[in-house]
Amino acid sequence: MTTSTRTTGGGKPRSRNVWLSKTAVNGALVLAVVYMLFPLVWLLTAATKDAGGLLAGNAFSFEGFDLGGNLGRLAEYNDGVYFHWYLNSLLYAGLGALVCSLVSVAAGYAFDKYDFPGKEKLFGVVLLGVLVPTTALALPMYLLASKVGIVNTFWAVFIPVLVNPFGVYLSRVFSSGYVPGEALEAARIDGAGELRIFWSIGLRMLMPGFVTVFLFQFTAIWNNFFLPLVMLSDQKLFPLSLGLYAWNSNAHAEPGFYPLVVTGSLLAVVPLVVAFVSLQRHWKAGLTAGSVK
Amino acid sequence: MKARTRAAATLLTPFFVLFTAVMVVPIGYAVWLSLFSEKQSGLGFGGTETVFSGLDNYTAALGDRAFLEGFGVLLGYCLFYIPLLLAGALGLALLLDSALARARRFFQLALFLPHAVPGIIAALIWVYLYTPQLSPVVSAMEAGGIGFDFFSPEGSLPSVVNIALWEWLGYNMVIFYAALQAIDRSVLEAATVDGAGAWRIALSIKLPLIKSSLVMVGLFTVIGSLQLFTEPLILNKGTGSAVTSTWTPNMYAYTAAFDRNDYGLAAAASVLLALTAALLSFAVTRLTGRRKEKTA
Repeated sequence: MTTSTRTTGGGKPRSRNVWLSKTAVNGALVLAVVYMLFPLVWLLTAATKDAGGLLAGNAFSFEGFDLGGNLGRLAEYNDGVYFHWYLNSLLYAGLGALVCSLVSVAAGYAFDKYDFPGKEKLFGVVLLGVLVPTTALALPMYLLASKVGIVNTFWAVFIPVLVNPFGVYLSRVFSSGYVPGEALEAARIDGAGELRIFWSIGLRMLMPGFVTVFLFQFTAIWNNFFLPLVMLSDQKLFPLSLGLYAWNSNAHAEPGFYPLVVTGSLLAVVPLVVAFVSLQRHWKAGLTAGSVK
Repeated sequence: MKARTRAAATLLTPFFVLFTAVMVVPIGYAVWLSLFSEKQSGLGFGGTETVFSGLDNYTAALGDRAFLEGFGVLLGYCLFYIPLLLAGALGLALLLDSALARARRFFQLALFLPHAVPGIIAALIWVYLYTPQLSPVVSAMEAGGIGFDFFSPEGSLPSVVNIALWEWLGYNMVIFYAALQAIDRSVLEAATVDGAGAWRIALSIKLPLIKSSLVMVGLFTVIGSLQLFTEPLILNKGTGSAVTSTWTPNMYAYTAAFDRNDYGLAAAASVLLALTAALLSFAVTRLTGRRKEKTA
């Protein structure tokens, strides 16, 4: 794969080598894509099968096709608890990411645009927060929440996801890139108050950064598992991740749960895949802002 | 001037109030709790009482073979996972960045897609793909004469590493690719004119130039690895798996809290885990920081 690019000779052999290495490079990439996508393809085909077809193990055929039946059972089982979980996930992730992005962007903007004593020290604290392992925090959070009496409530899962130190860091980077100081000065000369300037100028200009932080936080909350596992015991409050986990724990004794888990997993992945495919510009911007600086 | 300070304070307050409630206070509370134990009073009739026990919980955790073995598993996992992840993501990014790659947008998206799958679902999919009755992979391997038990004592670590690689390879690849794309192209052209081949350019020019993202990814990977929980938990719940309920330190803390109701021990284990993360991230930044000074 590498020797072919090392040639120094001219003319014919070189062009053949280029062709060869082009095949090698793209071939390797295709192999990687196959590894990445085949579990998703399996999920897609497996979701169309009944328990018998699934256990027959011939995943890429359509033996035992029963997608409609699976969706029906998903909607019926336990009074449609699955779609209750779906709504919960949308609520936790949608509302949580919205508040979190607003809070992060406000803080990032303040760090970028204002000078105040102890600013960089305070920002250092935020950066330290990025490095704290969140699952090591979940247990103390549970103990604290039980002290305050909010264990097994909406708030126990909702409040912790409003904080994302990395979102503040990203917002500061975005603010220095997107919001020119002159625009703020002009507004000051026109007599606008500082908060008014943030709300109607800063925030508008920071919209791409806002969407990026929102996207990442939405994914993080949607994928959140450890915190709900620790905090919640009432099925009615479960997000999808925890509900599917509970069903999977039953599947070993009761194979009828397999199609529920697989079809439920497929539906749970769809919104994130759609978001990432349609918002490519934003997640790439987020990853770039985090890496190049 | 004063108005601006007031505005900064107003904009920062929501974040820092939440930050304190969700990060600072739980850390402090964990440290506090780790210093207490529940003791049965009298003959066990009077219920339990909480008594100050100093560092007893820490010595109990550090003296427990299960906890130490958890760190052993973690070490094995890191030695296996981190080089594979970094080399894989870097290799793919370099391939994509080479002049020969086609359809770059498609490759980026396709490789990134597994990251959109929640960790718990990724673990479920792969556990099904490891299970002989369900899996086309296992039957294909058997047809090819390869018998590998993904749930055996030797097989569990590779099984977990594979799930984590699947989730994170594309994500980190995109980070490296973005850093590579930010390299000034004239530097690369100059090297080509000087007669450097693609392999040489990748190793001696591109790699040093994206070192800061390598360090960042390495750091986040180490911290992420320490938290290993979801994937082995799913394997643990699978039948006949060699993954125990205290397989990683995080699982140990969870079991201590919810199976044994020993909150002091669980808090001590969490604090030790967080301390390890702090020490490691300090070491990584220190080490790479010093080397950066040398090259600059």
